[in-house]
Amino acid sequence: MPSSVAVSVPPATGAKATFFSRLKGGDQVAYLITLLFASIVLLIAVLIVFVLWQESTIARHKFGLGFFTSSAWDHNEDNYGALPFIYGTLLTSFLALLFAVPLGVGAAIFLAELAPPKISNALTFMVELLAAVPSVIYGLLAIFTLVPLLRDYVEPALKATLGFTPLFSGAAYGVGYLAAGAVLAIMTFPFIISVSREALLDVPREQREAALALGATRWEATWQAVVPFAKLGIMGSIFLGLARALGETMAVTMVIGNVPRISASLLSSGYTIASVIANEFAEASSDIFRESLIFLALVLFLLTIVINGAARLLIIATTRKGST
Amino acid sequence: MSRLAWRNFVNNVMLSLTAVCTFLTVSTLFLILGYLVYNGGKSLDWNFFTQLPKGPGEVGGGMANAIVGTAKLVGLASVIGIPIGFIAGIYLSEFGGITFPFIIRYIADLLNGVPSIVVGIFAYAVVVLPLKHFSAWAGSVALAVMLIPVVVRNTEQFLQSVPQSLREGALSLGASKWRTIVTVVVPASISGILTGIILGVARIAGETAPLIFTSFGNQFWSSGFNEPTSSLPVMVYNYAISPYDDWHRQAWAAGLVLLALVLVSNILARGILARGVAANRG
Repeated sequence: MPSSVAVSVPPATGAKATFFSRLKGGDQVAYLITLLFASIVLLIAVLIVFVLWQESTIARHKFGLGFFTSSAWDHNEDNYGALPFIYGTLLTSFLALLFAVPLGVGAAIFLAELAPPKISNALTFMVELLAAVPSVIYGLLAIFTLVPLLRDYVEPALKATLGFTPLFSGAAYGVGYLAAGAVLAIMTFPFIISVSREALLDVPREQREAALALGATRWEATWQAVVPFAKLGIMGSIFLGLARALGETMAVTMVIGNVPRISASLLSSGYTIASVIANEFAEASSDIFRESLIFLALVLFLLTIVINGAARLLIIATTRKGST
Repeated sequence: MSRLAWRNFVNNVMLSLTAVCTFLTVSTLFLILGYLVYNGGKSLDWNFFTQLPKGPGEVGGGMANAIVGTAKLVGLASVIGIPIGFIAGIYLSEFGGITFPFIIRYIADLLNGVPSIVVGIFAYAVVVLPLKHFSAWAGSVALAVMLIPVVVRNTEQFLQSVPQSLREGALSLGASKWRTIVTVVVPASISGILTGIILGVARIAGETAPLIFTSFGNQFWSSGFNEPTSSLPVMVYNYAISPYDDWHRQAWAAGLVLLALVLVSNILARGILARGVAANRG
């Protein structure tokens, strides 16, 4: 750090002199340096898109749009299609939200509306710790606890009661869409709880008080006056959770069974985009195989970007609304 | 039942249900902790920290190389990622206009949401393909890409929370803008920034997906950063899906060590933040 920096700027005699005197003050340099580093963030994003696009050229040209409708996954013929993986990704994420949204929003309502602030903060911290648990640890626990539990108790029970529907037909191995959906639900609800709670806490007091003053019960005030006000934020939290579920890799890879097929049964083994990449990329023998996997990564990337982008816009919209 | 009684009944049922939701979600944490401590504690021994892995099916051995490998990968990723994220965060908070910072901010948020497996492919294409082999470099680049957006947004957020009057005070004493930033604004928000950095580093320490085909794995010690490098998360994955009981045991041990690392950092970070806030108030 030069010590002459604090010297006052001499009166400007022209544009050039101003530039140099400001340069001497260091502000312009600092501006340029920080701008450069900020541009690296932009550069990384652009580079990711470019790399995924570039490295999947052969696969994109060979399969074209047919990639999305084909369920081939044949290493000998080098014929690849994305349909089973897209199906598995969407199905497991849908299952995750099915469990996580009611649980998450319910808990968020409790933490924002009912619990005393101190308890609410402590519990929220614990929930946020759940979000910090590495995904491979969820996978480890799921393999040795959730999968046996599903195989020995839950899935036989489901088959006995609902086995006549195609949703719960076939053999119960424990691993499969249901197991993946359940793990994803546990990994998603911390996001839903923490963001929804913030959105609920941002709702102005008057909104609550007006409803209560009109004679609403506590639940009616919450459900009819507070929750609708925070609707955008809650939607944003669900989208964030969805984006995480779509891209989640390790835990899903460990419990979904890793079979590229499409089955209506939730008990069946399947595959997701992220897990097929994790499982097969290191062993991809041919160029077209590797590029097909990168093509899948591109699809996953675009999917999560769209969902995440929507989530961020929703959250930005609510904070704007809250602040005005 | 009268209408009022019905409404009160609904009120009680629904409010209790939200409490049940909270109980279920929070208890998940304790189930995870309890189960992992029980299984991991049973499996953890001194060899785990000092020995190299044994071959498939052999009993014994440890993960000393994976512990060192994780330290190397996370260390190098921090060296790459923290300065970039920190300085970019300063730009967003202190130098930005309107449009470009908005774009950077939005992109940082999107980068934060990019699936880790996609980041792995990115690092594979950028580092592994040109070098033609797996390396700690590649793994660290992947982890750094995941770290940068976290640090950027955290740094920005905490710099923003510094009152404008502090900046004006420094500027009115004749300090230049960058000097104000270095000597006033950053020190005032350093505890928050540090918290963000610790949380980001803890997060990448547990990442598996970006490492599988970048740093890959190694049954032996790796020297320098140019060789395939073993890491704890990848070992947990490989050992958990293996058919060997002793490897399962070690997967639990590694899982416990990894989780302890991540959770302790998280709690530590919270502590720093709480103390920093208290100090600022006092």
